[in-house]
Amino acid sequence: MDFDFSNEDRMIQEQVRRYLQDQCQLNRHRSVLDGNETQALDVWQGLAAMGVQGTAISEDYGGVGAGYLPLCLAAQEIGAVLAPIPFSSSIYLAAEAISLFGSTAQKERFLTKLASGEIIATLALVEDHLEPSPNQLQTKFKNGVLSGSKMIVPHGMIANIAIVVASGDSGPQLVIADLTEVQRTPVQSVDPTLAAASLHFNGNSVEALGVAGNGWGQLQQLLHRAAVLFAFEQLGGAEQALNMAVAYAKERFAFGRPIGSFQALKHMMADMYVALKLAESNAYYAAWALENNAPDLNLAAATARVSATQAFQLCARDNIQIHGGMGFTWEFDCHLYYRRSNYLTLALGGLTVWENKLIEALPQAVA
Amino acid sequence: MDFSDTQAEAAFRKEVRAWIDDHAPRHLAESLAGSGFGSTQTGEFDPLEEAKKWQKIKADNGWACLQWPREYGGRGATPIESVIWNQEEGVYSKLSGTFIIGQGMCAPTMMAYASEEHKRRYLPKLASGEDVWCQLFSEPQGGSDLAGLRTKAEKEGDQWRINGQKIWTSGAQYSDYGILITRSDPDVAKHRGLTMFFLDMRSPGIDIRPIKQANGDSGFNEVYFDNVLIPDHQRLGPVGDGWKVALTTLMNERLAIGGGIATGFPEIKELVDNLTIASGPAIDDPGVRSKLADWYAKSAGLKNTGARAISALSKGEVPGPENSIGKLVAGTMMQDIAKYALDLQGLAGLVTDPEIALSQARIQAMLMRSPAVRIEGGTDQILRNIISERVLGLPEDMRADKGLPFNKIPSGNSQGS
Ligand SMILES: Cc1cc2nc3c(=O)[nH]c(=O)nc-3n(C[C@H](O)[C@H](O)[C@H](O)COP(=O)(O)OP(=O)(O)OC[C@H]3O[C@@H](n4cnc5c(N)ncnc54)[C@H](O)[C@@H]3O)c2cc1C
Repeated sequence: MDFDFSNEDRMIQEQVRRYLQDQCQLNRHRSVLDGNETQALDVWQGLAAMGVQGTAISEDYGGVGAGYLPLCLAAQEIGAVLAPIPFSSSIYLAAEAISLFGSTAQKERFLTKLASGEIIATLALVEDHLEPSPNQLQTKFKNGVLSGSKMIVPHGMIANIAIVVASGDSGPQLVIADLTEVQRTPVQSVDPTLAAASLHFNGNSVEALGVAGNGWGQLQQLLHRAAVLFAFEQLGGAEQALNMAVAYAKERFAFGRPIGSFQALKHMMADMYVALKLAESNAYYAAWALENNAPDLNLAAATARVSATQAFQLCARDNIQIHGGMGFTWEFDCHLYYRRSNYLTLALGGLTVWENKLIEALPQAVA
Repeated sequence: MDFSDTQAEAAFRKEVRAWIDDHAPRHLAESLAGSGFGSTQTGEFDPLEEAKKWQKIKADNGWACLQWPREYGGRGATPIESVIWNQEEGVYSKLSGTFIIGQGMCAPTMMAYASEEHKRRYLPKLASGEDVWCQLFSEPQGGSDLAGLRTKAEKEGDQWRINGQKIWTSGAQYSDYGILITRSDPDVAKHRGLTMFFLDMRSPGIDIRPIKQANGDSGFNEVYFDNVLIPDHQRLGPVGDGWKVALTTLMNERLAIGGGIATGFPEIKELVDNLTIASGPAIDDPGVRSKLADWYAKSAGLKNTGARAISALSKGEVPGPENSIGKLVAGTMMQDIAKYALDLQGLAGLVTDPEIALSQARIQAMLMRSPAVRIEGGTDQILRNIISERVLGLPEDMRADKGLPFNKIPSGNSQGS
């Protein structure tokens, strides 16, 4: 038994951290937020050159084949700087879907380009305000063509391809859609750095991914695996928000003393730390379960997801509180974490959805 | 990273399992499994006697205090081996409650500060459960503010004369020895005038009076010292250095209490799996599911945090203040769980008659014991202070007693000097 990441995994993390510190400070996030660029595409390319996109992609398809453990740590670093790049959509979701369910030809065609950063991809699932369900999918896949709309697709404005969850002849079906000819409209959202779009399919030809009619089960498998990686992004963000709060509380004075000496604030930050620690430990276990396809992967993933969501939500929220009026300005970075924490919470279905998944995965009798 | 056993670990686990299969007191298994939190049910058998018996068999076969060196009654095992033992001991570990304070807090303090001769003399019997130890720290004027304690120690030749009072001393009524922190110099700042000892609890001049607790049990006591004499060679650490010695004990206290700590999750899971509420089976209710998921995530988080601490320990790192989170999370969680479990049952939730109550009234026992978890061994507030100051590096509280000699510190008018 060894409950920590190896030194090699940590070295990869360190490289990613250093690169992002150099190239992707929060001013890049701001530049996207203010509409000066759609995404930090040079950072996307830079990471690809380091092999980060391909970390868990097999060497057969241009990846590094280093597995999920270093990818989890890279996700944590990406989360810490709120990197405005289409990493989660492309890698945790699309690349993962193709790795899991794609034919050899599809893997050769798409994974190689995802690993090299040549293409950007995403997952198109949500159609309306209801929690997606297998019986209500309005996007139809028939005779090789797709019709219907997806309401909000993160990174939909810049993605080259999308994994679309559609309704096929024999039930839910995953398809790979080339987005070149697809009509997209930008969508405003709480986190404006997502390049989110509505996608409108109007008889576009697409190709099936995986077994016909099995789409919903495949989607669930995909979401659970992605949940582990999203949890690490959430951890990165939560930790950074807590660091900001602590640093500010040491510097800012009121009533002749640092505000960090007020117990009300100290205890708030202690609680943020506790939430973060619990989330971190659950994420570590889930990383191991993901890497090893453990029998309790679904439970571990849902647990990591619930804890990470709670931690980032709490840290992002109370970081604003600790900053007082400054925390509510556009100029201070608190709202960037607040916005991103809400995206990451909802990205794979909200907290309630994952609480339910956790209970579903719980063994009947716990000793 | 690897959460499964290595070959050597699997072999060790097999050995442990086989030994436990052959030696465990099976006649107690059922009662132990039904024990409410904070109590050890042994049916028709005497709990203290049964606890001592099981501890002695373990010690005679090298299965007590696994991580201690052999010469002190342990096995010289690795932290991981000790975790494996704990996992396998299962329900019988409830018999160890009596020894936690001695083995988990007094022993590490003895190992760090007692003479070699004393270690060889006292530790093996502590490991085997023949001797039970208690921790004489808290006083009426020294709880959270432990360094506010007043019990006086005066040097007389090669011994010390002790006068004063301790309170909340768990297990004093059946303890053979105790570690005792005293004030040896009231004229210096409060943290500087303290000295630590260990002593025989049957020394003349000690008077032990049980206190009835809010839950009806009597686990803790008042202990009065009337001219009790302690030989100087039973001093732990230098004169005036008692605070530093106490910190060793307290750090281990949080590990011992915070380690495989009970959270109440199995209890609430069992209840909602079997309970029907107005909307149907409780486990299908969205509100129940949401709370249950939250509690599962927290208890898993504690378990996995514990696992990481063990890993760090195996690599030779010292357990740090971050281990304070265990008790902080578990105390409130257990209290919340108990309240929610009662709430789901309505007025019937009040019933404590084990014949009528669900889960043999274990949840009601949890309700009544859980407030203590948030107080003993450092209150929730003190733990948050520790996390914010020692982990996050936030400034210390403003203190009214800073720099003052102990005998000039304001003490309020409730029980002042
Ligand atoms: C079941 C049980 C068993 C125990 N067993 C033992 C034992 O075996 N040996 C032993 O020595 N002691 C034992 N104790 C004592 C325990 O360690 C103390 O009760 C505890 O440290 C709190 O001290 P106090 O009771 O004096 O409360 P106080 O210190 O008076 O606290 C009262 C309230 O003030 C708050 N408070 C105090 N200081 C601060 C601060 N700086 N910031 C914010 N809030 C503050 C506390 O959090 C609490 O809410 C036991 C207690 C219990 C309940």
